[in-house]
Amino acid sequence: MYLGRVIGTVVATRRVSGLEGARFLVVQPVDHQNQPSGAVEVAVDLVSASPGTLVMLEGSREAALACDPSFVPVDAAIVGLVDEVDA
Amino acid sequence: MNLCRVLGTVVASEKLPVFTGRKILVVQPLDEQQKPLGKSYLAIDHSSSAGKGDLVLVMNEGGGVRQVLQDKTAPIRALIVGVVDAVDVPKPA
Repeated sequence: MYLGRVIGTVVATRRVSGLEGARFLVVQPVDHQNQPSGAVEVAVDLVSASPGTLVMLEGSREAALACDPSFVPVDAAIVGLVDEVDA
Repeated sequence: MNLCRVLGTVVASEKLPVFTGRKILVVQPLDEQQKPLGKSYLAIDHSSSAGKGDLVLVMNEGGGVRQVLQDKTAPIRALIVGVVDAVDVPKPA
């Protein structure tokens, strides 16, 4: 699991089946000091995040498992809104 | 598994139910001489005894995590599975 900053939204009406209703946000992965720590990516939002929010994400198989019904074809999912990082 | 230093904790009130009641810690992977190696990330503390500054063992494989948590669909990949007392890796001569 890693931290990310939501920096935007994506609308994609034509999509593969299994992604119906998925809401996509653009995320910049960051480290605990809010410094960029990876390539910008698009993640499915499971906790109603919005641009500017610091979030927690899971990748690969865990992202698919986090979605309901399980195993939606995604490789990054926002699984929590971060209130505070005490590090 | 990664040898990591616990840097601190993450507070997240709005999160998936599977995370409820579980401590979320920021961990920094270390090399054998306990120097930082790569980027920090987040791990769930299963041992619930690891605190800031502790040296811990972090497992980074979802299948193993789901087995430890006995939850076949837990979307968790990094889990603290041990708190380290000592690491003995003599420096190469």
